[in-house]
Amino acid sequence: MIRIANLTKSFGLKTAVNDLSFEVQRGEVLGFLGPNGAGKSTTMRMITGFLPPTAGSITVGGHDVVESPLEAKRLIGYLPENAASYPDMSVHGFLAFAAELRGLAGAAKKKAVARVVDLCFLESVLYQQIDTLSKGYKHRTCLAQALIHDPEVLIMDEPTDGLDPNQKHEVRNLIREMGRTKAVIFSTHILEEVDAACSRAIIIDRGRIVANGTPEELKAMSELAGAVTLGVEGTAPQPVAERLAALPAVARVEPLANGMLRSYPKDKLASAELARSIMELAARETWKVAALRTEEGHLDEVFRRITLPDTIKQQRT
Amino acid sequence: MNSSFANIKAIVKRELVSYFASPVAYVFLVIFLLLTGFFTFTVGNFFERGEANLSAFFAWHPWLYLVLVPAVGMRVWSEERRAGTMELLLTMPVNPWEAILAKFLASWIFLGIALALTFPIAVTANVLGDPDNGQILAGYFGSLFLSGAYLAITCMTSAMTRNQVISFILSVVLCLFLILAGFNPVTDMLTRWANPAVVEIVAAFSVVTHFDGFQKGVIDTRDLFFFLSVIGFALFATSVIIRNHRAG
Repeated sequence: MIRIANLTKSFGLKTAVNDLSFEVQRGEVLGFLGPNGAGKSTTMRMITGFLPPTAGSITVGGHDVVESPLEAKRLIGYLPENAASYPDMSVHGFLAFAAELRGLAGAAKKKAVARVVDLCFLESVLYQQIDTLSKGYKHRTCLAQALIHDPEVLIMDEPTDGLDPNQKHEVRNLIREMGRTKAVIFSTHILEEVDAACSRAIIIDRGRIVANGTPEELKAMSELAGAVTLGVEGTAPQPVAERLAALPAVARVEPLANGMLRSYPKDKLASAELARSIMELAARETWKVAALRTEEGHLDEVFRRITLPDTIKQQRT
Repeated sequence: MNSSFANIKAIVKRELVSYFASPVAYVFLVIFLLLTGFFTFTVGNFFERGEANLSAFFAWHPWLYLVLVPAVGMRVWSEERRAGTMELLLTMPVNPWEAILAKFLASWIFLGIALALTFPIAVTANVLGDPDNGQILAGYFGSLFLSGAYLAITCMTSAMTRNQVISFILSVVLCLFLILAGFNPVTDMLTRWANPAVVEIVAAFSVVTHFDGFQKGVIDTRDLFFFLSVIGFALFATSVIIRNHRAG
């Protein structure tokens, strides 16, 4: 649905987005991650046709965003950063206005407004002026605007920013739900959202893609991924650590603050073998095993590692 | 083309609704009517003149509009930029020129409503004497185009900045230039050290010169063309400014 090729955007001398290429299919939810100022919003503004790209091309549903902007824009629902909306309008007036600009009129307009009001739980504030609403409601009003024409492509810039945990949960569910039938891109810097809602994630830093994969693949990039953590009762940790380190599959053993021992595998792909060999060892030594688990890896560790300035410099040179 | 019309209609409606949703619109209407009344009757000596026409009323319009039209138009684009709704509007399936034209039309309609509410003055003239109503109508027509020209300039300055105050000041300065170019004290001063042809060219850029004809009851196509070209040029400049702003 969305195809981005060699997309570049410069503001004066500063390059905000640098040679970005990726695709999003229908039925996919793409999480767009990156530190502040990485170029997430700029990329989304270009996809939605607000900013013209300096170089490269964007097609949405087969329509080039620069060549035939109206056709592309018709397919897109967009939730801008900070969920801007007209403060002096009522929620109903605002949604009706969005519906009209989307070419809906009469009964179709009424139906569309009623549908999104229901979807975003706006019933109780329908005739309130937008600037009297709480942040959560404002946000959902703008989200409702993005969904009003049941778009095939949904682009959301930090859709859960400023929401309380319950609202975040609702919005994530909504994103997952939308992702079944639409192509969805959303940006966030909350990493747990990637797990909760994405089928794929891209991490960008300084305008470049530095990682692209499913949440599982990204987590596997973590140093922690595949490590086995073992807790033993009644035996001093030191000798246990020595025995673990002697296993052929173990690269190194790290004692944790809570007395547990973490063994890192030599080969990340063979973490099952590592767990098995540790279990066998524990059985042979008759240790009282209190805990044994294989680590999945943390996204935030991956994120920090690949977006930290120094690491990036090393990678580039 | 049909969808263009629908888009323009939707935006005009939204703008007008939001004008009248805020007290500013009513405050503006009241101030406008009070000031026109004050200038016509007190400063312009409407009664003492003993003439059955509205020249005491229309003569003040270039000056009144100088402050009031920028006050109406200053928020048109700067507010959209400040609130971030410009991004929302321009990512809708709407041509930028549709949005620019619609926003201009909405404010123009508002100014038209304000102007129409001065009808008691025309009624007064009709009750007290026997004025040429064609002339009065031409005066209203000219006044509407005058406000349109100022408004288009204000739309342009409003697109330049997210700060309404800057937008206001810039448009007042530009509109003041359009008045002064044909204002008698200025043209008199110019004739002292420029040849008459130059003075005439400068004066031809003035709204006062072109508004005069309407006041006298003459709808000259050249005057109409002048106002329409000012509007057209300023709105075109608005579109260039908005495009450049987005291009970064």
